[in-house]
Amino acid sequence: MIVDLAIITLKAVLVVAMVLNLAGVLGWIERKGSALIQDRIGANRASIFGFAGLGLVNTLIADPLKFLTKEDFIPPKGDRFLHTLAPCMALFPALVTFAVIPFGDVLNFGERVINLQVASLNIGILYVFAMGSLGVYGIVIGAWASNNKFSMLGGVRGSAQMISYEVAMGLSVIGILMVYGTLELQDIARDQGTLIRDLMPSWLSFLTPIVGWLPAWGIFLQPVAFILFFTAAVAETKRIPFDLPEGESELVAGYHVEYSGGKFLMFFAGEFAEIVTAAGLVTTLFFGGWQVPYLMRDGFHFPWGGTLLLPHLLIVLMQVTAFTVKVVFFCWVQILLRWSVPRFRYDQVMRLGWKMLLPLALLNVAVTAIWIIAAQ
Amino acid sequence: MDTASFIFYLLATLLVIASLLVVFLRNVVHCAMALVTALLLIAVMFVTLHAPMLCVLQVMVYAGAIMVLFLFVIMFLNPGALEQQRGLWWGFGTLLAMMLAGVLVPLVATSDLPADPVAATELFGSPEMLAKSLFSDYVLPFEIASVLLLVAIIGAVVLAKREN
Amino acid sequence: MDVNLVPLLPAVQVLVTALVVTLRDLFIKDGESRGVLAFYSLVGLGLAAAEVFFLLGGRQEGAFNDSYMLDRFALFFALIFILAAALTILSAIDYVRQTGMREGEFYALILFATVGMIVMAAANDLMVFFLGLETMSIAVYVLTGMWRSNGRSSEAAMKYFLMGAFATGFLLYGIALIYGATGSTNLAQISAYLLDQPSEWPVYLIGGGFLLLIGFAFKVGAVPFHFWVPDVYEGAPTPVTGFMSVAVKAAAFAAWARILLYKLSPLDNDWVFPLWIIAIATMTLGNLLAITQHSIKRMLAYSSIAHAGYLLIPIVVGVEWGGLPLLFYLLAYSFMTLGAFAVLTSMTEGDESKDGYSDFAGLGFKRPFLALAMALFMLSLAGFPPLAGFTGKFYVFRSAVLSGHLNLAIIGVLNSLLSVIFYLRVIVAMYMEEGGAAGKSFRQAPFVYIAVAIALLGTIYLGILPADALDWSRRAFGSLE
Repeated sequence: MIVDLAIITLKAVLVVAMVLNLAGVLGWIERKGSALIQDRIGANRASIFGFAGLGLVNTLIADPLKFLTKEDFIPPKGDRFLHTLAPCMALFPALVTFAVIPFGDVLNFGERVINLQVASLNIGILYVFAMGSLGVYGIVIGAWASNNKFSMLGGVRGSAQMISYEVAMGLSVIGILMVYGTLELQDIARDQGTLIRDLMPSWLSFLTPIVGWLPAWGIFLQPVAFILFFTAAVAETKRIPFDLPEGESELVAGYHVEYSGGKFLMFFAGEFAEIVTAAGLVTTLFFGGWQVPYLMRDGFHFPWGGTLLLPHLLIVLMQVTAFTVKVVFFCWVQILLRWSVPRFRYDQVMRLGWKMLLPLALLNVAVTAIWIIAAQ
Repeated sequence: MDTASFIFYLLATLLVIASLLVVFLRNVVHCAMALVTALLLIAVMFVTLHAPMLCVLQVMVYAGAIMVLFLFVIMFLNPGALEQQRGLWWGFGTLLAMMLAGVLVPLVATSDLPADPVAATELFGSPEMLAKSLFSDYVLPFEIASVLLLVAIIGAVVLAKREN
Repeated sequence: MDVNLVPLLPAVQVLVTALVVTLRDLFIKDGESRGVLAFYSLVGLGLAAAEVFFLLGGRQEGAFNDSYMLDRFALFFALIFILAAALTILSAIDYVRQTGMREGEFYALILFATVGMIVMAAANDLMVFFLGLETMSIAVYVLTGMWRSNGRSSEAAMKYFLMGAFATGFLLYGIALIYGATGSTNLAQISAYLLDQPSEWPVYLIGGGFLLLIGFAFKVGAVPFHFWVPDVYEGAPTPVTGFMSVAVKAAAFAAWARILLYKLSPLDNDWVFPLWIIAIATMTLGNLLAITQHSIKRMLAYSSIAHAGYLLIPIVVGVEWGGLPLLFYLLAYSFMTLGAFAVLTSMTEGDESKDGYSDFAGLGFKRPFLALAMALFMLSLAGFPPLAGFTGKFYVFRSAVLSGHLNLAIIGVLNSLLSVIFYLRVIVAMYMEEGGAAGKSFRQAPFVYIAVAIALLGTIYLGILPADALDWSRRAFGSLE
């Protein structure tokens, strides 16, 4: 009992630590990465005894210190209570969503079988969306409590945008749910360990030599869903090209214009945590989660024959590493996006969400349904 | 008192407080936030009743969608604080509430509810069970609901679209 | 589980028509004629009516675990709804164009509302009933507010929506309590439960029944839940008012008859007395207030409250005697009310509705046919023989007498006498005064004339030869067994 509790706590701490650390590292990647993209040197000013550590000192030590020691300003006509509550509400959903995302298969530890996932829920994806839908409150409440027209505009924009893209995001995942037939993310990740040739209906068997060797990852089975989901996920994180709620050239800083110090840091960290969560979801739903291609529970089984047995611990380690690498990769893709494309206009954001993503997502559901019936 | 009933009474107390705040707070946004709190507490109650699916749907539909739209509208209208109203309607409302209480309280007090209303099996409240009953026993209401939503969408567009 | 889709046929027919109209509308450019949409709607309704007749001949059975029961009762009401929708669309064709409302959506929403009504009448399950009711209500809320350049239309829609939402709350709470008490939303199972345990009902079952009662009273506009009716009826576009006062009311009574009167009839003793009071108050207040009105539209609104009162008599009387008069009276009421509103529709000039008594002055000389029709509708509403209203009232009061509610019958007759005052005032204005609005000629609004003619034929036919309709009504109510 106590051991079980300890294991769960350990997993939870591990995941939260991973998300928060990754968020911190992302701050560095963003600063240095943007510099790389724009041909600058980037963060290099802060140093400890002359040691700048490629800007690590700047972003990991100096920035947080600066934020934490700054005055926590609350607008005199704002709402003190809600102004303080809002950053917490922005950070909370981003952190708890990761609870249902599996970061590895089971770990056999003596008699004990540990599922490498904090909470195994049979409604995993719904939980993700439920938490995601709470993310709006941080912005809306923060914007309102600031009693500032710029932040208000940002809040209104943000809530409209997030509601719109939640719809498209939810519908885009339905294709994945239909293919794998479960809402539990660990099961989805596990199902992606099979090969496409095992799923191929008989009347398409002529394709098996060409694509049969691919693992049955979401990206191969539901490519349209991936594009839709990733677009919507980027929109949900409110980053360029969807950063209308902040829109610094129009709204100064949007919904967090009146935030400073630690509270601003929380918004900031929340945004990075959302990036990590979005990357984790994309990885789990479309890129096999912790799967390494052809790596089964006892070792590699290659489709062209040949087996390579490996010790259990090594396999688990490889899985966790694979998951981490994939997540970091998708974080990097999002940062790359932010520094490569310009911002949409607001009507374009709405048109993309309602008139393009939503119909496409519906179409994807219909086509998937037809495909599933045809494949039976 | 066992753990389950302790949790229930804790949640119930918080829920009543949150609901009272919805009524008695004077700032509309504060009221809305109190309502969100109440809805989230109900969601937690569903978990204690072995219905995680309902919990998640409650969060997603009420807290995540409906209340956000509430807040959205509140922000657009940006109303000031509500005035204290202690007029005739206040008395009327209180009277109605008392009458409702007069019906409900004896009802709860006299009815002997089964100790464990539903045997919480492994599948109870799972997506599979929900989907099964939704698409077999309740497929007609399900389909009519889709007509209803379509009508509501068309109606909203008709009323909201800008005249040429 | 049985999947018998045949009983869904009429509702689906109307639904598909609505969808076709909505979609076709998208492909008509601005400025082009949208008359074809009205044509589609009428053809769809005609097909639906044909299907109803076809189904009348067949075996009536429940579908979807008996949650949907398209028996003769439902088919009878489906015909009333289809008729009301068709007459409304006919009389609205010119009106919609004139007032600049969106034509496609107007017809489509009428059809959607009709779908909801058919579902309501056929619902044998409280959940199906509720969804049908909401489909109907939402469509009608929007229809009420469709005349967007007219402030009163928007006001009416807002009021109607708020009041309707309130009533919905009562209904839903009542349904929840009944479900909690009986463990089912299916009317057959609820009825079986009630018969099974004839005495020991939990308090909340009765409470649930009363909440349902309040909800229904709201929907039909019975006193003391009538206060929204005049404003809403006056503000809504005139054809929509006609549709509301006939079809919406008929749908509410259909569901009321099936749920409260028939399936929950073991509960009868608990609500005979409150219903008795409601019926008398509704008749009397409706008629008294109608006298004081200056606008005919508003007068008709109060008159429709009064008629809701008459219609409550069969409900008070109960299953044994009340069925036939309720159905027959609704049919008669549909014709005369739709006709009166069609005439009222034709009085609109520009975007101004001319519905005062003074606007009708001299109509008898300017538009003899319209005036004659209006006179007959008014006489029928007041209950003069040999028109439909008389036959209807006769059977309603007869049922009250036969079942021993003599006082109800007496008050009803006195009320009818009272109502003559304001109905005759219309006729007086049309034939003995001068200088009102012009009204439309046949050329200006041919479809209104057709609608009026149909309604007139119905009113006279039901008055002179009621035997067939009475027989239908009897058999329709008998099918509830």
